[in-house]
Amino acid sequence: MATKKQARVDVKKTYKLFINGAFPRSESGRVFEVTAKNGAFIANPALASRKDLRDAVTAARAAQTGWSKATAYNRGQILYRIAEMLEGRAEQFESEIALTSQITALKAQSQVLDAIDRWVWYAGWSDKLQAVSGATNPVAGPFFNFSISEPQGVVAIASSVSFIDFIDAIAAAVVSGNTTVVLVPGSLAVPAMSFAEVLATSDLPAGVINILTGSLDELAPWAASHMDIDGFDITGIDKKKRGALKEAGAENLKRIHAFSKGQSPTKILAFMESKTVWHSVGV
Amino acid sequence: MTFEYAPAPESRAIVSIKPKYGHFINGSFVAGKKHFPTINPATEEILSHIALGGVSDVDKAVAAAQKAYTKTWSKLSGKERGKYLYRIARILQERAREFAVLETLDNGKPIRETRDIDIPLVAAHFFYHAGWADKLDYAGLGHSPQPYGVAGQIIPWNFPLLMLAWKVAPALATGNTVVLKPAETTSLTALLFAEVCQQAELPDGVVNIVTGDGSTGAAIVNHPGIHKIAFTGSTDVGKKIARAIASTDKKATLELGGKGANIVFDDAPVDEAVEGIVNGIFFNQGHVCCAGSRLILQESIADEVIEKLKVRMSKIRVGDPLDKNTDLGAINSKEQLVKIKELSAIGDAEGAQRWSPKCNLSDKGFWFAPTIFTGVTQAHRIAQEEIFGPVLSVLTFRTPQEAIDKANNTPFGLSAGIWSEKGSRIFWASQHLKAGVIWANTFNKFDPASPFGGYKESGWGREGGKHGLAAYLKTGKETGAK
Amino acid sequence: MSFYGLVDGSEKSLVQFLDQLSGVDQVGAESRAAMLATRSIKTTSKKWAIETAISMVDLTTLEGADTPGKVRALCSKAVRPDPTDPTVPSVGAICVYNDMVEIARTHLDSIGGKHVPVAAVSTAFPSGRASMEVKIQDTQDAISAGAAEIDMVIDRGAFLAGKYGLVFDEIVKIRDVCGEKAHLKVIFETGELVTYDNVRKASYLAMLAGADFIKTSTGKVAPAATPPVVLVMLEAVRDFYTLTQRRIGVKPAGGIRTTKDAIKQLVLVNETAGPEWLTPQLFRIGASALLNDLLMQRMKMSDGYYASPNYVTID
Repeated sequence: MATKKQARVDVKKTYKLFINGAFPRSESGRVFEVTAKNGAFIANPALASRKDLRDAVTAARAAQTGWSKATAYNRGQILYRIAEMLEGRAEQFESEIALTSQITALKAQSQVLDAIDRWVWYAGWSDKLQAVSGATNPVAGPFFNFSISEPQGVVAIASSVSFIDFIDAIAAAVVSGNTTVVLVPGSLAVPAMSFAEVLATSDLPAGVINILTGSLDELAPWAASHMDIDGFDITGIDKKKRGALKEAGAENLKRIHAFSKGQSPTKILAFMESKTVWHSVGV
Repeated sequence: MTFEYAPAPESRAIVSIKPKYGHFINGSFVAGKKHFPTINPATEEILSHIALGGVSDVDKAVAAAQKAYTKTWSKLSGKERGKYLYRIARILQERAREFAVLETLDNGKPIRETRDIDIPLVAAHFFYHAGWADKLDYAGLGHSPQPYGVAGQIIPWNFPLLMLAWKVAPALATGNTVVLKPAETTSLTALLFAEVCQQAELPDGVVNIVTGDGSTGAAIVNHPGIHKIAFTGSTDVGKKIARAIASTDKKATLELGGKGANIVFDDAPVDEAVEGIVNGIFFNQGHVCCAGSRLILQESIADEVIEKLKVRMSKIRVGDPLDKNTDLGAINSKEQLVKIKELSAIGDAEGAQRWSPKCNLSDKGFWFAPTIFTGVTQAHRIAQEEIFGPVLSVLTFRTPQEAIDKANNTPFGLSAGIWSEKGSRIFWASQHLKAGVIWANTFNKFDPASPFGGYKESGWGREGGKHGLAAYLKTGKETGAK
Repeated sequence: MSFYGLVDGSEKSLVQFLDQLSGVDQVGAESRAAMLATRSIKTTSKKWAIETAISMVDLTTLEGADTPGKVRALCSKAVRPDPTDPTVPSVGAICVYNDMVEIARTHLDSIGGKHVPVAAVSTAFPSGRASMEVKIQDTQDAISAGAAEIDMVIDRGAFLAGKYGLVFDEIVKIRDVCGEKAHLKVIFETGELVTYDNVRKASYLAMLAGADFIKTSTGKVAPAATPPVVLVMLEAVRDFYTLTQRRIGVKPAGGIRTTKDAIKQLVLVNETAGPEWLTPQLFRIGASALLNDLLMQRMKMSDGYYASPNYVTID
């Protein structure tokens, strides 16, 4: 980032996408400009295309089995590791958010600290979800019957522009074992892609979280109609535009949800599926 | 020596069917305008004439339900609501035989099933949910979870009264009121249930029943006074509903189609597996969304299992649904019979081998012999599409992973079966199957305490158990989503 | 030695054979039996079932207090269950202790009951706890006295200890004693074997060793001939026929007291092993009180009103 008194020419970062643990450019070769509040140029993040989305979904699907079959303890540790990595770079995120969004530096700081704590909070859920959402069901017969919750699979997230909401949506989706494709609007691209760097150093398997920057208007309809996406968090989509996405999502009966702000296990469970197993009991 | 079982028909004297029915709105029966006949699919005899509900009937029913919600039902404590449900459960038990006979007449399913399965489960559902009504704070949905208001419920013809119970019991227990539409071909038990509501002195308008066809259902789905849709039926219609409510705040639970895999490993308890296969696909004429319609056999035991299955199938008694010894009754409608025949013909055309035991099928009514197709692969349409009839597709596998891959290779995800005597393998398989209900060493078991519902295109949400309550209560965190 | 070409009689070959049998899921077997118990057998089929059941009864007295007088009374009943109606068939056999065989045979022959065989319980019935020499002698005695059917008990202790070879050898030896002179029924005492897996294994052990019939129980231990136990045994004889082309008979004994119970057994036979087994040559019911209930139900069917025990004879 540029500062006033600087003797040397600083090295600026090229903002790319985050797909399958790597940082490719958009296949479309497109970028868009992010500027500071005062209009100063900040970066040219990649303007992701539907083909980038397709690639991200492929990566998320490939990562699905491994991530969902990892032990809950292991997933919890990795989420906690993300918090650790974020903590170490807190100041960078504070300045990026303050620079690129409409909020004050003080608020940016509190958002980043909240975001770190949010990862810690969700990390702890990984091995408690079943205790809260599962059940053994006393059926009237010689059967052992239990219900457990499983991740739905690949969840797309159309993120709100706020960094804390972006973090919350991702953490809620992945803690249970879903893999994600996160669509990031506008200037959130700058902290979002820095966050991808955090992910790249957090022992997170490639493909579990994929981040595409660009236009929700352009990408969300493709995500809604994609037949290999199981769930879609449309919290970041304007209310008036949600209906069309839900209509498109009906083709594979995608689970489509939008949430109010704040952490909640309801958000985790919204992208989980309950499975009930009956087993005969006898000698 | 032959042991022929003489006819053992259940008496139909216990039911009295009126020549014509109206709708049940605001606690009373109101006359319909247009009517259509409802027949006994075993004989094609016209049983009665059912009112074809239109937009104005739905309007009245929704208004009654809204008024009941605002004025009475939402003001009652959970404890009092629960007592109404207990009353209903008890009356259903008292009148169980009447309901069983009526259901068999209208649906064509064997009296053994309506008597021993459908109706006892109906009463059990009301009994179970009655107890939840004053305990919703403990359902894991936060403090004092709130109902949506008026629930529009559209149910299928395969388990007419049971599906009514699956819908009405949780809706009422959670404090919602109801506008319910039974299936076009099977309205009679729902209309008799209306009498039960009257006997239970359920406040007027809490349960409203509007009969009719798809257009009546659409009127319910599209009615602005409906806050919550609960639908059981085909995946096609389910998708239509999802589109219809996409731009509204309506919530939906959808219980849709399936193409359940019934996996038999080489260490299975074979005789019980054969029973499970039969129960999986021939229960209720195969008119079961969670039917085990794809049998996936380990290749090493495939011949033995198929041989035993054929022997067992030749013992299936097909015929008069009212006969207490009938195992397989009538296909519910001519339309459904045509569909089953068409898909079976496709199985022939695709080169699968069809086999059925010898059956004497009546000329009157709609009948289809229990049928298996062997030599089926995932590439066959009869392994992909829901036939919703007594037709089983038989596939084979070599390794456990291959069994799972084939089982999951479908847009559906409702049910699956696993047959093995090895505990660790059962848990492994049940973890890897993408299905909402998994039966291990059993099949087609249902219980009000056990959540039911599917993954993927088999639907949204669960019915039954603690999980089913969430379908009728606001969870607080979601906004404008379903 | 080869037994049906399936085992050589060695412990190893038996264990191998029994290990490849599929297990029985208790819940599944019991629910199948319960479903078949809902069959409603009415009018003509009920009449046929009652008469068939009468012809399958092994009319039994196995009491320490048995006397020649008691046994003779039983024999009279066996030949003409309903003295007022000669169309009622004789029962399948008389079943008595060894020392009563001669009395029963002589009496049956003297009252026109040559066609009714005498079955003797053998091999230190009911516990089976005696030396092999004694068991062989026990069986020889019965045959010498005129028994045409030997109901032997297996050594349940040996079975539960996993000594299948020992159980098998005993059956083979008794089979040899029976030779052509007597049919061999092998009693498992399923109430002591407890699991259906054991019932299935015991069924195959006995069939491989040369049993003509497999029989559930002594009547001295409960539970005895429960429908699911009989179901599992009927599955075994059905599958053994597929393997060997030989039909082995099944005899439930103990706890079958009413016509309803008996008809449930016949339904089990009909829909499991198949109608070929619906003959006294392949299905027997070990019972005592059952016969009078069958007779009363038969009267009800022919007279049209409910019968009274005053109108059927006691033994």
